[in-house]
Amino acid sequence: MAADGDFEAPLRDLEKRIEELAAYPGDAAKEAEAARLRRELDQQRRAVFSKLTPWQKTKVARHPDRPYTLDYVEALFTEFTEVHGDRRFADDPALVCGFAFYKGRPVAVVGHQKGRDTKQKIYRNFGMPKPEGYRKALRVMQLAAKFGRPIVTFVDTPGAYPGLDAEERGQAEAIAVNLREMAPLPVPIIVNVTGEGGSGGALAIAVGDRVNMLEHSVYSVISPEGCASILWRDAGRAEQAADAMKITADHLKGFGIVDEIVPEPPGGANVDPEAQFRSLDRVLEAQLAELSAVPTASLADSRYEKFRRMGRLGQEFKDVPSA
Amino acid sequence: MAWFRREQTSLPRGQQESRVPEGLYVKCDSCKELIYRKDLAENLQVCPKCSFHFRISARERLDLLCDPGWEEFDRGLVSTDPLQFKDTKPYAGRLKDSKAKTDALDAVMTAAGAVSSLPVVVAAMEYGFIGGSMGVVVGEKVTRAVERALESRHPLIVVSCSGGARMMEGTLSLMQMAKISAALARLHEARIPFLSLMTDPTTGGVTASYAMLGDLNLAEPGALIGFAGPRVIEQTIRQKLPEGFQRSEFLLQHGMIDLVVDRRELKETVARCLRLLG
Ligand SMILES: [Zn+2]
Repeated sequence: MAADGDFEAPLRDLEKRIEELAAYPGDAAKEAEAARLRRELDQQRRAVFSKLTPWQKTKVARHPDRPYTLDYVEALFTEFTEVHGDRRFADDPALVCGFAFYKGRPVAVVGHQKGRDTKQKIYRNFGMPKPEGYRKALRVMQLAAKFGRPIVTFVDTPGAYPGLDAEERGQAEAIAVNLREMAPLPVPIIVNVTGEGGSGGALAIAVGDRVNMLEHSVYSVISPEGCASILWRDAGRAEQAADAMKITADHLKGFGIVDEIVPEPPGGANVDPEAQFRSLDRVLEAQLAELSAVPTASLADSRYEKFRRMGRLGQEFKDVPSA
Repeated sequence: MAWFRREQTSLPRGQQESRVPEGLYVKCDSCKELIYRKDLAENLQVCPKCSFHFRISARERLDLLCDPGWEEFDRGLVSTDPLQFKDTKPYAGRLKDSKAKTDALDAVMTAAGAVSSLPVVVAAMEYGFIGGSMGVVVGEKVTRAVERALESRHPLIVVSCSGGARMMEGTLSLMQMAKISAALARLHEARIPFLSLMTDPTTGGVTASYAMLGDLNLAEPGALIGFAGPRVIEQTIRQKLPEGFQRSEFLLQHGMIDLVVDRRELKETVARCLRLLG
């Protein structure tokens, strides 16, 4: 494994030693040693994860044990009822949509879905939606608007599927229409980037009143590998590309792209999903309450203003009238 | 006398293809015939032999589409290099070079003008400026063009020519897709016509936002139009792409665009569409 991927190696060592100790019937000394190792592991996790590089975060964001949309749905919502199909071509398992109750309140849920084992990964197309996925998402969001249901989205995709069939059926058009139609929807939209925010394929369900990012998630215009292979002509420069593109939550909050960074447990969401669910739950509950107090008529206007300010005069661009 | 003055040709290699090179004769990229340079210019940079459409600059596009007297606005908007981006060379240097070699300060020119006496707001992208890529300045200028169309109630025309979102401005570039599309939602609501013209190439985040959102989507013949680039698709599906895949005619056949328009009939066609819709 490349050096940059080894940041978890000392953690794995500790984990292994704790496991080995647990395998033997314990006496008091062993118990004390195990407890000491667990404390050390926790400390080291905090230390390592408090200063992850953008490329390390990219790897954490892609970790196969990280909670996916359906995990959040199961933990935080009740009576989830998945709905299917874009009514035009097919159903897309890479993007799940449905209705559920959040603390007793009916909402719509839309999110990318990755798979864990090989079979599931293929079934979910690695979380890369096709046009029918985006069109299904739009259909469900428009239903949400029709019935006054807030929308909660979960973003975790390498990107929209770059395949022949997706192009034939209008991948670009599907994404574009979602961007235009989400902007004025008269219901609250809360976006949560939980893993990989992969370019237009992520944005197509991410035009919201609040955009949250999990602490170690990433959100980028192109994958670090893709950027590296174009600009450096070497996909191996992904680490540099990840750094240069400023794809992490703290940077994006600085640019006004992200509203709130959702803390992750030490070691990342994959280590303690339950803690992650609680952490996101707190944010969702507060934001839903806030947005529910906003009159419907002004929701779309403030959403417009929010995105209108991405790229600010005097900051990201300037006006040189004499030029 | 024009052909003596060759010192101004500073286009880098990659971006030179299919732009008309300097010299008395031009070799057509498509049919390989030698064309007298003046004939090509008189033919709006379309090969008289095979109708291959050479790529043109934003200014040439505005001259071609608009009646004389169009006025550029927001010309002074420039990127501050918000990421302090650097790959094999600094982005600041790329910006400087592009400003020097094109007639633009970023990858789009926006103007108020008229097409056959019908007042319009036009945005034309400049491929010579970092591959026509969309960063914060393109996003801002196109959004302002949309807002100007809304205020004046004049139709909007956007001519795309772009490799997509600009990597050197990172996620800020991505957000321009949402910003422009949100403005287009207002134009849509206000029932002001929006014609999108796609030229070679129109790909990535530009296609996946405003380029595909025209009330009518037009394209020049043979233009590469798509979301993912052909090389990325080939790598994904591990097979060669069929002939003509992602070209204008392919998109017409698959229901993604309304009209494929020869450049020599462009102005007349645009004017007619405006009269039919506006
Ligand atoms: Zn020719």
